[in-house]
Amino acid sequence: MLQEESDLSLIIAQIVQKLKGSNLYSQLERQAWASLQRPEIKLESLKEDIKEFFKISGWEKKLQNAVYSELNVFPLPSHPAAPPEHLKEPLVYMRKAQGSWEKRILKSLNSMCTELSIPLARKRPVGEQKELLNKWNEMGTDEPDLSLFRPVYAPKDFLEVLINLRNPNYENGDSLSFRTHLGLIQVPLKVKDIPELKECFVELGLNIGQLGIDDSTQVPPELFENEHVRIGQKVLAEQDSAAAQQYIRQGSPTALRAELWALILNISSQPEDVLYYEQLKTNVIQHDLLVDSLIYKDVKLTASNDDYYFVFEDYLYQVLLCFSRDTSVLSHFAFNSASPPKSYIRGKLGLEEYAVFYPPNGVIPFHGFSMYVAPLCFLYHEPSKLYQIFREMYVRFFFRLHSISSHPSGIVSLCLLFETLLQTYLPQLFYHLREIGAQPLRISFKWMVRAFSGYLATDQLLLLWDRILGYNSLEILADMWCTYTYSTNIEYLL
Amino acid sequence: MPRECQRSEYHVFQPLTSSPQGYGRQDLSSENQNYKGHGLSKGKEREQRASIRFKTTLMNTLMDVLRHRPGWVEVKDWLRENFDHTYMDEHVRISHFRNHYELTRKNYMVKNLKRFRKQLEREAGKLEAAKCDFFPKTFEMPCEYHLFVEEFRKNPGITWIMKPVARSQGKGIFLFRRLKDIMDWRKDTRSSDNQKDDIPVENYVAQRYIENPYLIGGRKFDLRVYVLVMSYIPLRAWLYRDGFARFSNTRFTLNSIDDQYVHLTNVAVQKTSPDYHPKKGCKWMLQHFRQYLASKHGPEAVETLFRDIDNIFVKSLQSVQKVIISDKHCFELYGYDILIDQDLKPWLLEVNASPSLTASSQEDYELKTCLLEDTLHVVDMEARLTGREKRVGGFDLMWNDGPVSREEGAPDLSGMGNFVTNTHLGCVNDRKKQLRQLFCSLQLQKKASS
Repeated sequence: MLQEESDLSLIIAQIVQKLKGSNLYSQLERQAWASLQRPEIKLESLKEDIKEFFKISGWEKKLQNAVYSELNVFPLPSHPAAPPEHLKEPLVYMRKAQGSWEKRILKSLNSMCTELSIPLARKRPVGEQKELLNKWNEMGTDEPDLSLFRPVYAPKDFLEVLINLRNPNYENGDSLSFRTHLGLIQVPLKVKDIPELKECFVELGLNIGQLGIDDSTQVPPELFENEHVRIGQKVLAEQDSAAAQQYIRQGSPTALRAELWALILNISSQPEDVLYYEQLKTNVIQHDLLVDSLIYKDVKLTASNDDYYFVFEDYLYQVLLCFSRDTSVLSHFAFNSASPPKSYIRGKLGLEEYAVFYPPNGVIPFHGFSMYVAPLCFLYHEPSKLYQIFREMYVRFFFRLHSISSHPSGIVSLCLLFETLLQTYLPQLFYHLREIGAQPLRISFKWMVRAFSGYLATDQLLLLWDRILGYNSLEILADMWCTYTYSTNIEYLL
Repeated sequence: MPRECQRSEYHVFQPLTSSPQGYGRQDLSSENQNYKGHGLSKGKEREQRASIRFKTTLMNTLMDVLRHRPGWVEVKDWLRENFDHTYMDEHVRISHFRNHYELTRKNYMVKNLKRFRKQLEREAGKLEAAKCDFFPKTFEMPCEYHLFVEEFRKNPGITWIMKPVARSQGKGIFLFRRLKDIMDWRKDTRSSDNQKDDIPVENYVAQRYIENPYLIGGRKFDLRVYVLVMSYIPLRAWLYRDGFARFSNTRFTLNSIDDQYVHLTNVAVQKTSPDYHPKKGCKWMLQHFRQYLASKHGPEAVETLFRDIDNIFVKSLQSVQKVIISDKHCFELYGYDILIDQDLKPWLLEVNASPSLTASSQEDYELKTCLLEDTLHVVDMEARLTGREKRVGGFDLMWNDGPVSREEGAPDLSGMGNFVTNTHLGCVNDRKKQLRQLFCSLQLQKKASS
C-alpha cells in the first residue's frame, strides 16, 4: 500500500514537472492572473474560486487532457534504483541486440556516405535555398538522381535479426515436444492468450456495435450507427480526451475522425506549434542532410507508387523532411530501446564536445517509413497539424515497430503473439504454410512493420488505427495480422 | 450527318437458335459505312436462347466481357456493316442512338441546354431554371464570336478555354486570356477556309475556364461517371455506382496556362507527360474519393454534392429528350465528365458517347469489365428481367419517366422532403451478391409461373 502511494506521488511529481515546462502551464498561469479581475473571485476563498473558474471555462478539461496524455506515454513504474537503461529496455540481451543492430545500420549509412562522397550534412548555398523555398509545395515534381542511394535497411533485414534473438539464460531442453514453439521467434516473452485478449479488448466483442461492421448497408442505421455518431459529437463538444479514447474503441465516424484523433493525442494547433513547424521548415531549407535523399528515395519507391497515396506526395516531403530536423523527438528515446546515432564534427572524432545527434531527431528512415505518414494525409491537410499528428503517433506507437524490445507492444512481442495465435487457433494453415516452406511470419512481417499502411484499403486502415489509439497499444495489429493472413491464404489452402 | 462516328465501335449480336419457333436470320444489305452497330438480337418469344452471336472490333475489355458471357458466340464474318437506313428487326439492339451528337458534341449540347433552360424558365420560373446552371458560359465559334467578345470584355482578366467540338482525348484544347490569342487563330481559320474549301472549318467552343477547381494534394482532377440510357421516350436512365477521379500529374497553378499537363486531365494527355509513370496511374476510384470528401467536409455536404451531380445527369438528358431520334432498338452508355470546384459545386464538362474502354490498371480493368457486364445485363438479351427492377448489379435506375425513389412502393412526390433518389454514386458496389440474388429470384419466379 505504501509502495503504491509513493509510486503514485512519484508519478504525479514527474508529470507536474513535465507540464510545468509546457505551454499549457503558462497559459493557465495567465488565465489565473486574468481571473483575479472577475467579481466572483474573492480573496478569502481564492483557491476554490479560481478552481471553480477553471472548471467552468474549460481550462480544467484542458489540464485533464494534458495529464491523461502524459499518463498514456508514461513508462511502466519501475524500481527506483534501476538505471535509465532499464527504462528503455529491462532485458540485457535485448539491449545488446538493439545495440548491435544499430551499429550495422550506421555502418551501412557511413559506407554509403563514403562511396558516394556525400557529406552527412551541408549548408545549402543561397541560390539553392531560394529555389527550394519556391518549390516547397511541389517537391514531388523534382526528379533528382537517386539511383545510387539505397534504403538503409528493409523490413526483411530486420526480421532476420529478430529471428536470431536468443535469451542466453533460457534452456528448454533438447527434446522437441508439442509445446515447442514452431515459429520463427524463439524468445520466451509473455504474450496474451485469447481469454486475456478478450478481457482486454472487451469493446470489440461480438455483442457490441462496431463501425466498419455494424454500419454496413444491410444494417439499419438506427440500430447502432446513428447513436454512435451522436455520442461522438457529444464527446467532441465536451473536448474530453479520456472519453474520446474510450469512444473510439468502437470505431470513429469518418467525419469526426480527424478531430477525435487530435483530441486523443492532445494536439491543438496553437500559434506556437505553427511557428515551431515553420522553424523546422527553415532548417530544412538552410541545410541539406544525407537523410533527405533517403527520404526522397523512400517516398518515390513506396508512397508515390501507391494507387491512392500518390496524390499526397508533396505533403509527405513536407512532413518527413521537417521530422528529421525535430530535436524534440529525442525525448522519446528515454523509453525507446533504441538510441539516437551520434556523429562528430569533421576531425573531432571521439570528442564528446563535438558530438551531435544525426539525424537531429535520431531516427533513420528505412524502406517504407513514409507509409506511416501517408494515411494521415487523408485526414489532415494543414501541414503543421499533419506534422504534429504524425510526430505524436510516431513517438507513441510507430517507433515500437522497428526497435528490439520486450515491451508488450514491441515488434518482438507482436510477432510472438501472432505466431502463437496462428499456431493455436489456425494450426492447419500454420502447418501447411510451413510444409510448403513459407513461414507465415516471413510473409506477413512487412505488413506489421508498416502497421498495415499500404496493405489495407484506407477506410479499413483508419478503422484499425482508431483501435490502436483507443487501446493505446499495438496488440490489435497482431490480431488483425492473424485475420488478414487467414483471409489472404485461405484460398491457397482450399 | 456528321462524320464523327468513325470512333464509335459497334458490336452485333444475334442469337443462333435451331428451335422450330425461332425467328429468321437477318438479311443484311449494307450501304453506307457510317452507322455500324452493336446489334443485339432478341427473340420474339421469351424462350431459352441456344446462343447469341456477336462481333466486335475492339480488342480490349469489351472483347473479354463478350467472350466470357455464357451462350454468346463470336462470329468472324460479319453479317452487316451498318444499320443506318436499313430495317432492323425487333430483336436487334444497337449501342448508339442515331443522333447522339446532340448530347455529345459540345456545341450542340450547349445549344440544347440553353434552349431547355429558357423553356424551364418560362414554364417553371427562375429557380427551376437555375438548376441548369451547371454549365460554364459557352459560346460557339465562329458564329457566336461577337457575343463572346461582349462577354469577354465584361470580365477582363479571366481565363477562357477553347475546345474543338468533336475531338477527344484532349486534342486541340488550349487556354487563353487575351483576345489577341484567338484573333490570330480566327484569322488562320478564315484564310484557310478560303483556300481549302474541301476541308470544312472545325467548330470550336469558347468556354469560361473554371479557375477554382477543387484540388486534392494540390492537383486538379475530374470525375468520370457512367450513365446508361435505355430509351429517351420515355426517359429511362441508369447510373453506375463506380467511376473514377482522374488526376493531373502536376500541381495546379494558373501561372502557366500553356502547360497542357497542368490543366487537362484526360488520361491520354497525362500519359505523355514526362513525369508519368505507368505504375502510378493517376486515378482514384469514386468510393475512395467520396470517403475523402466525407472525412474532410462531412456526410451532409457530400450528399448535397452528389444530389447536384444527379441533377446534372437528369437535366442534360431531359434537354435532348425531344431532339434525339427515339428508337426502341437503341441504348447508349455515356461517360460524363464532371469537374468540382472549391465550393463543392459540380460542373459538366462534356458527355462522351464512346467512353474509353481500355484499362490503365488492374483495378481499372475490373471496373470496366463489371461495367460492361452489367450493361449487358440491363440490356437483357437473354430476356431474364421483368422490367420492374430498380437495381441490376452496379446500375441503379435513376430516372424512369420521373424520379425513382430509394424506398419501396410508390414514390411520394408531394415534395414532403422524404424523397431520396435511387442513386448510389461512389457507394459500396456489392454487385456480385445482388446479381446472384436477382437471378435466383427471377428463376424462381419463372418456375412458379410456368
